[in-house]
Amino acid sequence: MNEYLPTIIAGTLTGTVARLVMLHVDYRQYPGYPHGYVTHLSLGFIAAALGAVAVPAILKPDYTAVTFLALAATQFREVRSIERKTLEHLDEKELVKRGSDYIEGIARTFEARNYLVMLTSLLTSTAFQLGKAPAALLIGLLTIAFARSLMAGETIGDICEVVPARLWFKNTVLMVDDISIMTVGLKEMREKILRDGLAVLIIPKNPNARATIHDLGQRAAIAHTAAVIMGVKKDVDIPEFTPVARKNPDTGAVGLYIVPVEKDLEALLLAVKRTPVLESARSKPLKTEAGRLASFGRRNEK
Amino acid sequence: MPARGENKRILAVVTLNMDQVAGGAPIFFARSEEERERIAMYIAKTLDAMVHDLENGTYIIVRH
Repeated sequence: MNEYLPTIIAGTLTGTVARLVMLHVDYRQYPGYPHGYVTHLSLGFIAAALGAVAVPAILKPDYTAVTFLALAATQFREVRSIERKTLEHLDEKELVKRGSDYIEGIARTFEARNYLVMLTSLLTSTAFQLGKAPAALLIGLLTIAFARSLMAGETIGDICEVVPARLWFKNTVLMVDDISIMTVGLKEMREKILRDGLAVLIIPKNPNARATIHDLGQRAAIAHTAAVIMGVKKDVDIPEFTPVARKNPDTGAVGLYIVPVEKDLEALLLAVKRTPVLESARSKPLKTEAGRLASFGRRNEK
Repeated sequence: MPARGENKRILAVVTLNMDQVAGGAPIFFARSEEERERIAMYIAKTLDAMVHDLENGTYIIVRH
């Protein structure tokens, strides 16, 4: 038997387990279907095998074998574009769209997870080679824990206060507290919206958070998450029930309006709070001097 | 994906006041508020569009 076989098996196994763990963490932001699981587990397995053979290849010594790690990188970039294309196609038929920012975020996550799998199996097989099973077990668990912690990104609840808001009409303009959402012409619709609709106000905790929730992609993601979790009464011929998130240009708060299937305010607050903060939306104006100056100026005015 | 607002279009106008409207979109004249409400609803349902009230007696039907 090949002397490196145990090393390769240890690395591959740990890497695949890592992919499984991460698949479990992400199922909320991506509706799981059995074939999707199979696809991603298989790709994870391949990534793990690639990571695991790197160490024996170096020890052999067969340095050129390491170049196929580069091949793997190309392969996984392909994963991102496939994932993006699929989701974009599906999004065309969504009543409440995910939005391209959200899709890009998911696609990038899938790519990154394969790299993490490769890293996990590489480190584990190195550990196995140097310290046998106990070391491999330790390193494997540590890297899986690390990968998992990377995946638990920030949520809207971390950066904003989410509070119930008043849904009302100023003549025919639908309002969430003092934020105008849209105009609704039909009286029947207005009555139904008042009866069945819900509204929340998302108040950013600081200027960084404000910049993040002002991103249109982020707001689409919030509306999408709320709609998926609560259900929406919207259909193609009733655009009035489209969930909408609009900002108050003066205070920076964002008002969300939705006509859910289940009218449950507590659940809506939770749904909004657990919307992931999108990587592409996250911005940190406070990191710059100009940004700090601008927000201090604002505070002094008040 | 088209830019925001690029697809917005007035598909029809339903009015109580024929003097106030003219132009490109089809115009429907209603004799009463109930009729205006009803016509607007039917057109909107047919075209998957939304009714907006200009609050001067005129409704516009807009595809978003």
